[in-house]
Amino acid sequence: MATTSENQAGSFRLGMLIYDTRYRSMTIQVVFMFLFMAGAVWLIDNTITNLSALGKDFNFGFLDVRAGYDINQRLIEYTNDSSHGRAWAVGLLNTLLLALFSCVTATVIGVIAGVLRLSKNWIISQLMNLYVEMFRNVPVLLWIVIIFAVLTEATPAPNAFRGENPTASMLFFDTVAITNRGVYVPGPLFTQSLGAINLGVISVSINFLLISAVVIGSIYANIRLRRHASAVQEATGDRPVTWWKSLLILFAPLIAVLAALGFHLDYPTLQGFNFQGGSYMRNSFTAMWLALSVYTGAFIAENVRAGILAISKGQTEAAFALGLRPNRTMNLVILPQALRVIIPPLISQYLNITKNTSLGIAVGYMDMRSTLGGITLNQTGRELECMLLLMVTYLTASLIISGAMNVYNNSVKLKER
Amino acid sequence: MANPSKNNIAYVRTTMLTEQAPPITAAGPVLWIRTNLFSGPFNTIATLVGLYCVYWLVGHIGPWFLYSVWNANSLAECREILNGVNAACFGVIKDRWHQLLFGFYPPEAYWRPTLAFVLMIVAMAPILFESVPRKVLWFSAIFPALAFWLLWGGTIWFSVVGMLGFGIGYAVYRALVKNMLLATIAAVLVPILFWLFLLGPISGALSEALPIGIRKIDSDEFGGFMISIIIGVTGIALSLPIGVLLALGRKSDLLLVKWICVGFIEFIRGVPLITLLFTASLLLNYFLPPGTNFDIVLRVVIMVTLFAAAYMAEVIRGGLAALPQGQYEAADALGLDYWKAHRLIIMPQALKISIPGIVNTFIGLFKDTTLVVFIGILDPIGLSNAIRADSNWNGIYWELFGFIALCFFIFCFSMSRYSQYLENKLKTDHR
Repeated sequence: MATTSENQAGSFRLGMLIYDTRYRSMTIQVVFMFLFMAGAVWLIDNTITNLSALGKDFNFGFLDVRAGYDINQRLIEYTNDSSHGRAWAVGLLNTLLLALFSCVTATVIGVIAGVLRLSKNWIISQLMNLYVEMFRNVPVLLWIVIIFAVLTEATPAPNAFRGENPTASMLFFDTVAITNRGVYVPGPLFTQSLGAINLGVISVSINFLLISAVVIGSIYANIRLRRHASAVQEATGDRPVTWWKSLLILFAPLIAVLAALGFHLDYPTLQGFNFQGGSYMRNSFTAMWLALSVYTGAFIAENVRAGILAISKGQTEAAFALGLRPNRTMNLVILPQALRVIIPPLISQYLNITKNTSLGIAVGYMDMRSTLGGITLNQTGRELECMLLLMVTYLTASLIISGAMNVYNNSVKLKER
Repeated sequence: MANPSKNNIAYVRTTMLTEQAPPITAAGPVLWIRTNLFSGPFNTIATLVGLYCVYWLVGHIGPWFLYSVWNANSLAECREILNGVNAACFGVIKDRWHQLLFGFYPPEAYWRPTLAFVLMIVAMAPILFESVPRKVLWFSAIFPALAFWLLWGGTIWFSVVGMLGFGIGYAVYRALVKNMLLATIAAVLVPILFWLFLLGPISGALSEALPIGIRKIDSDEFGGFMISIIIGVTGIALSLPIGVLLALGRKSDLLLVKWICVGFIEFIRGVPLITLLFTASLLLNYFLPPGTNFDIVLRVVIMVTLFAAAYMAEVIRGGLAALPQGQYEAADALGLDYWKAHRLIIMPQALKISIPGIVNTFIGLFKDTTLVVFIGILDPIGLSNAIRADSNWNGIYWELFGFIALCFFIFCFSMSRYSQYLENKLKTDHR
């Protein structure tokens, strides 16, 4: 904007606040700020008036008070003598557990369905089309209640497994039992357990820490090995054979540690009226997990399909012209470019999964919304504090996930100039 | 045969052969089957697996539909008719058809939502399809007030005087149009003041003088697909303009406006809709002056709209970002101001680019209306629980869920088909 105003320089009139483009944006912002602050003050003032009229105050002291209710699925120690704050933590962990499981399976389902939808086989691509359209156009809440109903109504009761000629049988060589009370799967046990270390608020199993450390160490060593192989290839032109070294590095330490700890599986068996032993997955968890996975999987399938279609055919042809074999074309040329298109929408699908875990209320899954935003809220009557904490926690989780994924996204982004 | 003489040639064809059909394996259905289903060992295996899946699905679901029972008044009666055959009992949908559509709306007033639905289709037609006469748009403009009156009932004057507010705003704008800034501010402020302070008294006085009205029906009697459509359609209609404003705000040069828009969008996108709905039902009374109490459906509509608007803003921001910088510069070069440039040049193109995203947000919004079940509104899913609580239909799941899913599928699928039609219609590039 070329504003030549030589004769006006120095003389400032009030009208210039509106008509002079140099000052107008300032004026608008100041007015906007006043309106915004007036609105905020109005809301806060109303809240204070209403709270005092109800005789309530605004504090978070209730988090230290005994909760007095049980939570049926807990990853950390919790009894009904624990505090509301701990119930919140238990709920948060359940939310994150469900989100993590669902993200992994949704990605697997989505990638498979997305690739198959592009299949040249007409029947397969139409079946995948049916899957995608069916799940994308029906509310996720409906899928959650449908799958929950299937799990509780259409599966056999534990006593159907009993007797000489049971009407139901366990799956996978008698290791998995699907009953209307939940799914029983083999659970890990250690004969030489190292116990747990108590970190004040939570106790962590040393077995778990050790196994995680070994796995992370193996993966890191494998990355170093591959880098070394690439360096040798750059220098000499020959890529050393690494696959058996990779297998050794990845699995030998893990197997050694598991053997040292005396790892074995504990199979569920029918005792009394129910199954005992193994790990028990509640129907609420299974229903949420399956529903979120297949529902979001349909969306991810569309993202994957769009990503692959976005890569022009010339890329494949160019790779073939360079003499790359089809699998290396896929790995080195197509996938890295397709991922760049796929990852941003994938991040928002992960965020959607995390937020959709709050629908667990429909099937009684004890996530954060059901503990902090459900029972705690009803027992203490502190709607304002509970909802605030709930929103802040979800917001933090969302921001962390999107932040982490954005870092990854930036690392694979096309580097332009 | 350098010099072929006539004698040693046995036969020479003098006419063209008639054209023959291609071999059966190189054309028609056989070729299609060979290339699409059995082109190699893997493809053959995939086809067989796919065929088995289809067989399994049809084999399980087919008889369930085929032997279904439509005339029964309870699940027990239904099972008696079926006599051990495992099949659907669609009697529940026939029995509770009105409830699934209207919830607990008074039966003698069913004509009102039905009429509103038909009028809604009329009102939407000129917006969706260009071939519909443009004059119908006037009807679209008054439809919201008309639908409000039909659904909630009461005196007609409330809706009429409410619509008058827009007329007043326009009149004020025309009167002050010499001074654009003043006219714009006045055209926004005057109607708001009118609605706040004059709407109640005037409509009250008019209804005293000339009582035209129908029976008033409260929101807690609403339910079924009616409530899903009310919330969904209102949210769709309102979230697009708010989303556009938020997207523009986020791209604005005014730092304060920008940061408020960013904060709003990121906050809404970071929390689940269900927490916002709980806020609407539990906390809104804290934030408003003591004694105010407004309708639960209105609260839900506001929350759903704000939620969808934040997502809409991001979709439109994507469209704005995809537009080449030259378009902005060209608009500036033509001497257009900010609003004119956006109205005439930027927005039409940006919105066109973001049609798929916008319609996806609409579909998401419509599906999210099912979440209102958690704050006690009887939407179809809530009603399915209510129907199951009746001893006649205790234990019926799949028929109800299937019906609800089918209805949602029809709505959402037609929305996505319409978006594809619109994309094709607006396509102007020559690729």
